[in-house]
Amino acid sequence: MTGNGHGLTLAEKILARASGLERVVPGQIIDGQVDLAMMHEQGAQTVGPFHQMGATKVWDPERVVIAIDHWVPASTEGAAILHRILRQFAAEQHLPHFYDVGRHGICHQILAEDGWVVPGDLAVGTDSHTNMLGAMGAVAAGIGPTEMAAVLALGRLWLKVPPTVQVRVRGTLGKGVTAKDLVLRVLGEIKTTGATYKSVEFSGPTIERLSMPERFTICNMTSEMGAKCGLIAPDATTKEYLRLIAKHPDHPLQADADAHYERVIEVDVDGMPPMVACPFSPDNVRPLPEVAREHIRVDQVFLGSCTNARIEDLREGAEVLRGHKVASGVRFIVSPASTKIYQQALEEGLIQLYTEAGAVFTNSSCSACFGGNMGILAPDEVCASSSNRNFPGRMGAKNARIYLLSPAATVASAIRGEVADHRELN
Amino acid sequence: MRDAIEGRVWTLGEDVDTDQIISGKYLTIIDPEELKKHVLEIALPEFAEAARPGDILIAGINLGCGSSREHAPAALKAIGVAAIVADSFARIFYRNSINLGLPAIEAQGVRQLFEAGDTARISLSGGTVTNVRTGRSVTFPPIPAHLLELLEVGGLVEKVRAELAARPSAAPA
Ligand code: SF4
Repeated sequence: MTGNGHGLTLAEKILARASGLERVVPGQIIDGQVDLAMMHEQGAQTVGPFHQMGATKVWDPERVVIAIDHWVPASTEGAAILHRILRQFAAEQHLPHFYDVGRHGICHQILAEDGWVVPGDLAVGTDSHTNMLGAMGAVAAGIGPTEMAAVLALGRLWLKVPPTVQVRVRGTLGKGVTAKDLVLRVLGEIKTTGATYKSVEFSGPTIERLSMPERFTICNMTSEMGAKCGLIAPDATTKEYLRLIAKHPDHPLQADADAHYERVIEVDVDGMPPMVACPFSPDNVRPLPEVAREHIRVDQVFLGSCTNARIEDLREGAEVLRGHKVASGVRFIVSPASTKIYQQALEEGLIQLYTEAGAVFTNSSCSACFGGNMGILAPDEVCASSSNRNFPGRMGAKNARIYLLSPAATVASAIRGEVADHRELN
Repeated sequence: MRDAIEGRVWTLGEDVDTDQIISGKYLTIIDPEELKKHVLEIALPEFAEAARPGDILIAGINLGCGSSREHAPAALKAIGVAAIVADSFARIFYRNSINLGLPAIEAQGVRQLFEAGDTARISLSGGTVTNVRTGRSVTFPPIPAHLLELLEVGGLVEKVRAELAARPSAAPA
């Protein structure tokens, strides 16, 4: 068991650098220099406080990304107004990095695929899944719009240094078992409150073998653990991913060998089955084969969200789908995480495959993930989803039930018309 | 900022997420006055109608988990909630509340001391929350100086405004 040394964890190293200090300790409140600030629609609420603060100029337009994603194209007048506020603000402040309709995508995916966050960064965004970018070996955290206004004005932010929980993973993921299943399993252990205000650091041989998209899925769901951030140390995989796309110089830091961890969780994935988070909490995790035996009928299936709608996820789903049809009575919504992924899916014939099987393949956006745009559930309906949250009311009606799954299992559920294990399909 | 806050209590359960405080369908509303009509619609349907300025919200663990929507504390503030006390808070909700100047107090064990309609008395400097009806109280660790200062000036907007105004020129450093 590691964890009682005096060294610094990865998040502590990064926060020390961001605040110009030699070392920081958990609980300390620091003033950190921000490397990247991201806003989505909630950023429209940043504009008011920014002006009320008496600020006139954004601290560094090259470090600000605006990516609209929740309602794209605008599906209500309210959303259209939010978009217009952001467009006007970007024009006024000469912010060049605005991902408007046509170049759009889910904000976190935009940051990932265009290299906006690099190892060692302190990145903040107005969305709670900003944690996803911790997969770059950065501290990436969600903040509110008023604090974002302070960041835009000053380039700095007060932060409480979080204690770190280390999750050490070993073993080999079995056939059909994915990074999503791994993070669900960890979530089942840590629970939705287990890492509140903490940093979760994933390490170990299994993590080191994961691709960047898989690492994104894992760090994405540290938000569901309540974590301030979720990190994976940068290595050759990170470096290769960012080689041609990094937008600014990196500072690839590593945790000290004698870092102090508040808690160490050991996970062995050998023999682990696929997992599913049942209603009404992402930590209500059970082995999928067990839940599949209950034959839970679904009305809707959603393959999308920042957790699992990258091209690799769409391919994984396509492998399961080939030769099958969507069950009658099931609405299957597929929404790629970005315009680039949409184009890639088009090129690979995936859009044709999904739509011929009976799915609706939408433009890239958050889509059905949050119950405010499209794919909204009626009372008592059931949805199988590759997204990250299943709280009451998340996708519409308060009593609608959501099961969170890997992309492959999501697609299997669309084919069977019930929560299904993809390994059971012929 | 008054040191003592006293008010009528509304209670919430555990893991009340921001969706239950302001549902996803209202996220395009920015005006807090409009938002407050829908506050706690899912968790406490009668609240928006019956809440009075000065009321105190007392919740179990993990209050405000889920999406990082500032709409949630903004709506609570707009309807006049004087303080939120919970066994524990989700991170972003806690930050958002403090940054808006809305006292958020983490006091372990507080939820079980209260029933809806009780009167709570909070002493910020003393670190206590008392049920006036039963006389029972819980303590909470001192609020860090940095956060007390934020609450005292009325939130982050006021704080940054003072900082920017104090700069020799209006240009960012
Ligand atoms: S896809 Fe879902 S979880 Fe991700 S940013 Fe959009 S609404 Fe949030």
